Amino acid sequence: MLPMSETFILIPGRTTDQGCGVSEGKFNDRYQKAINALQVAPGDMTRLGLTEGDRVRLTGEEGQTVEVCITAAKKDELPEGLLFIAYGDISSRMMTGDTHGSGMPTSKGMEVTMELIQKVVA
Amino acid sequence: MTSGSTQAHAPTPTIPGELKVIHDATCTFCGCVCDDIELTVKDNHIIEAKRACALGKSWFLNHSVEDRPSCTIDGNPASLEQGYDRAAQILTTGKYPICYGLSDSPCEAQRVAVSIVDWINGTIDTTTSVCHGPSGMAFQGVGEVTCSLGEVANRGDMILFWGSNPAESHPRHFTKYSLMPKGMFLPNGRKDRTCVIVDVRRTKSAKAADIFIQIKPKKDFEALWTLRALAKGIELDPDLVHRETGVEFSVWSDLMDRMKACKFGVIFFGMGLTMTRGKHVNSEALLALTRDMNAHTRFVAKPNRGHGNVTGADNVVSWRTGYPFGVNHARGYPRFNPGEYTTSDTLANREADCAMMIACDPMANFSQPAREHLATIPYIALDTKETPTTRSAAVAFAVATYGINTGGTVYRMDDVPIPLRPAFASPHPSDYDVLTAIELRVKKILGIT
Repeated sequence: MLPMSETFILIPGRTTDQGCGVSEGKFNDRYQKAINALQVAPGDMTRLGLTEGDRVRLTGEEGQTVEVCITAAKKDELPEGLLFIAYGDISSRMMTGDTHGSGMPTSKGMEVTMELIQKVVA
Repeated sequence: MTSGSTQAHAPTPTIPGELKVIHDATCTFCGCVCDDIELTVKDNHIIEAKRACALGKSWFLNHSVEDRPSCTIDGNPASLEQGYDRAAQILTTGKYPICYGLSDSPCEAQRVAVSIVDWINGTIDTTTSVCHGPSGMAFQGVGEVTCSLGEVANRGDMILFWGSNPAESHPRHFTKYSLMPKGMFLPNGRKDRTCVIVDVRRTKSAKAADIFIQIKPKKDFEALWTLRALAKGIELDPDLVHRETGVEFSVWSDLMDRMKACKFGVIFFGMGLTMTRGKHVNSEALLALTRDMNAHTRFVAKPNRGHGNVTGADNVVSWRTGYPFGVNHARGYPRFNPGEYTTSDTLANREADCAMMIACDPMANFSQPAREHLATIPYIALDTKETPTTRSAAVAFAVATYGINTGGTVYRMDDVPIPLRPAFASPHPSDYDVLTAIELRVKKILGIT
């Protein structure tokens, strides 16, 4: 039985691999790998029965959805309840068009629900 | 050579098989704009970049001459002349033309882009609007007490990073400017400094901190306002502060005591403030705190700018139009209104009917509504690399890389102008070349002499 979806806060950001990947080429492996890996806190992974490589669906506040594979965040880098992903297509899909009069769409701190859709094949 | 041309700083010829060394080359990957890089060039490839960080090394070593057409129209190879003609036609037939990007172009090219937008009564915006645009709005509301990075290196004994992860976004920030340098008034370098990092997660930068404060997500404004109250001696409810910020009141109180006791405090801030709930109000809170602290000691603030010449774009657009980004010329004079004339909005609201994207990749980085609309309108793209944006462009120009193939001027994050020292030539045209050619044709079509 798949776990019910749970609410998290998504934090996109720069990583070294993503930044280097920009220069190597956005269609190359390093960039694609960096922007398509969702970091989950180890405690959350244990609690939810998630495994490295599982595929999850994120749903944003306006119903926008993405599917992405997860990876465990290192040690205590990410507090439970937060998710991290490098800037890229996945994080862009979770941004809505509303900039609240600032020109800046909300690009960090988005509330999302996360549900498991496919366990990784061993 | 025309005035403003980047050819004044053209690279010296490369002899096949021989090594050429470029001293004090300028890296333009991030806003640190390190200008002490030693490049070794062989056969039009940079094979070594001494003193460059991981991001800079990748920038230099991966920007060789791209073996693809300098111009494509609807994905098919075309001559540059055909590309310039088509681009000018697109820009002059639209009712709401927009021009966006510019943060990886030299100032000389940015200036031409502003001219084009002026001629076509269009809207010019830069990547600032999705970076520190909110901070730019805050500057106008509160003001910026600031200094150069040199002053930070020589004087800054308390360095705070708020919502910024320089270890991954500006890897030489600590060593070159903010934590490690032995300054004129800080002879012991790192030992003379206290580093405080405030963030919602324990980033890689946190390892460098003496004090790491993990706050609740989306509570930066509340935390900064707590510090403002402490700076002004206003009594607060400790339980409320703890509930709101996720951090005990005693931690904020201790931090404020340290801030008051320092000689020269510096707050660097990043996307953790501008991209979350509050946006420009978060930046205002930080800038107001900085201003408040000057009642006790010297304190300054500086946004960590992400791209090599986004600060140059702010400067060029400001001195040409009076405003730093999001500037509309539809009425024949410049008007500034973030949220109306900024590109995220003109695209997501389906207002723009044509565009020119210069040194940027909105098809990768913008919201889905904005990307969906951009895919439906004709646009021109200039980039050194193939990107999602160039792949869908009506006219795409593969341009020479600034700082590697072409010269010019860029602005470091602290508004210090720095020249580029290119390494080898490229057969592709520069941004300046392309934009100058398009401007010529735009003026001809519009009958402007």
